[in-house]
Amino acid sequence: MTRKPTPKAQRDPETTGHVWDGIEEFNNPLPRWWLWTFYATIIFAIGYVIAYPAWPLINGATPGVLGYSTRAEVAKDIAGFDARNADLLAQLTSADLEAIPQDDALNRFAVQAGAAVFRTNCSQCHGSGAAGVQAGGYPNLLDDDWLWGGTIEDIHTTVSHGIRNESDPDARFSQMPAFGEMLTPEEITQAANHVRAISGQSHDAGLAAKGAVVFADNCAVCHGENGEGNRALGAPTLNDAIWLYGGDMKTLTETITNARFGVMPSWQQRLREADIRAVAIYVHQLGGGE
Amino acid sequence: MSSSDTPPPSLYAAQEPIFPRRVKGRFRTLKWWIMAVTLGIYYLVPWIRWDRGPNLPDQAVLVDLANRRFFFFWIEIWPQEFYFVAGLLIMAGLGLFLFTSALGRVWCGYACPQTVWTDLFILVERWIEGDRNARVRLWHHKWDAHKWRLRLTKWAVWLLIALATGGAWVFYFTDAPTLARDLLAFSAHPVAYGTIALLTFTTFFFGGFAREQICIYACPWPRIQAAMLDEDSLTVAYREWRGEPRGKHRKAEDADTLGDCIDCMACVNVCPMGIDIRDGQQMACITCALCIDACDDVMDRVGKPRGLIGYLALSDETLERAGKPPKPILKHILRPRTLLYTFLWGAVGVGLVVALFVRGDLDMSLSPIRNPTYVTLSNGDIRNSYDLRLRNMTHEARSFFLTVENDPSLELSIENDGAKIVTVPADEQLNQRIYLTAKRGSDRANTERSTVRIWAAETGGRTRSYADTVFNGHPDDDDTNERHNGNGDERKHR
Repeated sequence: MTRKPTPKAQRDPETTGHVWDGIEEFNNPLPRWWLWTFYATIIFAIGYVIAYPAWPLINGATPGVLGYSTRAEVAKDIAGFDARNADLLAQLTSADLEAIPQDDALNRFAVQAGAAVFRTNCSQCHGSGAAGVQAGGYPNLLDDDWLWGGTIEDIHTTVSHGIRNESDPDARFSQMPAFGEMLTPEEITQAANHVRAISGQSHDAGLAAKGAVVFADNCAVCHGENGEGNRALGAPTLNDAIWLYGGDMKTLTETITNARFGVMPSWQQRLREADIRAVAIYVHQLGGGE
Repeated sequence: MSSSDTPPPSLYAAQEPIFPRRVKGRFRTLKWWIMAVTLGIYYLVPWIRWDRGPNLPDQAVLVDLANRRFFFFWIEIWPQEFYFVAGLLIMAGLGLFLFTSALGRVWCGYACPQTVWTDLFILVERWIEGDRNARVRLWHHKWDAHKWRLRLTKWAVWLLIALATGGAWVFYFTDAPTLARDLLAFSAHPVAYGTIALLTFTTFFFGGFAREQICIYACPWPRIQAAMLDEDSLTVAYREWRGEPRGKHRKAEDADTLGDCIDCMACVNVCPMGIDIRDGQQMACITCALCIDACDDVMDRVGKPRGLIGYLALSDETLERAGKPPKPILKHILRPRTLLYTFLWGAVGVGLVVALFVRGDLDMSLSPIRNPTYVTLSNGDIRNSYDLRLRNMTHEARSFFLTVENDPSLELSIENDGAKIVTVPADEQLNQRIYLTAKRGSDRANTERSTVRIWAAETGGRTRSYADTVFNGHPDDDDTNERHNGNGDERKHR
């Protein structure tokens, strides 16, 4: 739209002397602002090297006059959070376990803290959604079936001491014998059919009837006459729909023959009492708590 | 290309001082009115009170960042309803397209804050230092006591205006009277002081010193606008065919040889951008139309018809050069393009208004917990968990009864609790885990994935809302000798 372009007196600037296909390269000076910014970055870099950790050494780096380190920063942050939560942590440690869910503020804190503890320490075996690992023997914590009890107290004891570990004398303990050495394969198949019968699955009625005798003689002492289980021994309920290792013939045969020995570590040496209580509250409210 | 010893020309152009002269006329009057209205709105709106009842702000227009609410008179917008703001921005965009295609850079010339505040600053400048000639003299004058006094007075008044500008901004974000008291008592939040300081500085610098440099170099809008103008858009233009050759009319016979332009420089002297409109349409022109006022005044005095400089579209130029009359203004404004913009603008506006009236005061969402997708209970029932979110957008606590639509086979329960009633506090969102359980062997339990609708009905009220979600079951696998806890590695066991 401009009708009168104003011609600027353009003088030929200096070139570098490089020519490619007749195209020459200007040798313009760097823009002043650019040069100043560049010098400023150099000055900044020198200041930074003096103030902050910079030069790598064999076992670390120069500390810098400010003594800054990201590790110290994180430690400070954690200490800050702990100090801010000191009241709640103290309350959590001293409160009556079963009463915590009634205290709204404390319960919310425990559930949130417990979720963090769970993700860090428990999810490796029990899964991030707490659904356990089917056939791996890692129990699902969401359902209403508990091996050692599902009250907050029970869960707290389990987390504190663990199960069948060697590091904690108070760990919950029981051991299923490997019946492969005591029963014939036929008897094992019969017992497995009986277990499928009481858990409402398809089975061979004739084998199951014989299996009932085998079961009564060998299994009922721990798993109960009707397969209702025994929490004092951590003996799983066999007449329900939930399986720790699997309820199919193959898995049942394997379980009876070789037995199972699920281990959970003791956490009382690794976690604070407040953390153990928090994770117990968290697990309890996941849907299966008693 | 030959090299020479002379250094290349500098790419930097120093700012030329501009001393706009005072002007009177219809566009100047219009601009004074627009300035009064826009500045009035900006400075005064935060002080309008609006009673919303207890525990709620009584400020008519408030962006409550702390509580994440936007209040606009009777309208209250939650962050989830941000689409209203998006809609308003779309309307603002379409509005600019509409005005630009019809009236050119009318936003720049009349309503842009940079223009309005610069205008105000120039007004102050004129009050203190005098009109153009006095200001030019003062510019060249040496820095004596007189000059220092005038300059310091001017800067002080500018600073006060800038401070008021920055100050008004923060009042939109928290209760204005409280904040005003806190600010004076130096007990307000540092962010408030920081914001005021920043806006004070930008207003002072942009309005007092940077001025037209902002429009020419900093603002992206002129470039976008330039792309939206067409040959029917009205711009401020000089009727060169009527004015040229320009010259001072010294004798009667000059009137025959010279054009109407008497080269009095009035149009140049009043221009806040420091350009000569007679050079034609140019990038720096913000179409503030002050040159029209200046030229009309001169034409009146020399007894020539007005309109040597006037609002003119590119298409008119061709017509007028050919001796034909220009298209009437209305025809420039009512074109398919502008009508389309108007229609779109109105459609978005109507959409927003409708959305505003039909939106409920209860918002419900339900998301299935997918880790795991379902849990098998000891009696073989299949249970799904959901995160229920209920937003109560009223100012009273309300209770809601939860039900599953048309499906007796699904049992709804709330965190092991027998009741199916949830209470949502006033103005809050409730997050609640709920469970749906399907009996062992039921269709739901045996269907891998089925849809389900949950209703929340206010107890003792008429408000209700629903949310659709899915129920994940598990085909009864008795025949395959398998039973799972739904932890995701089903395939392995099939």
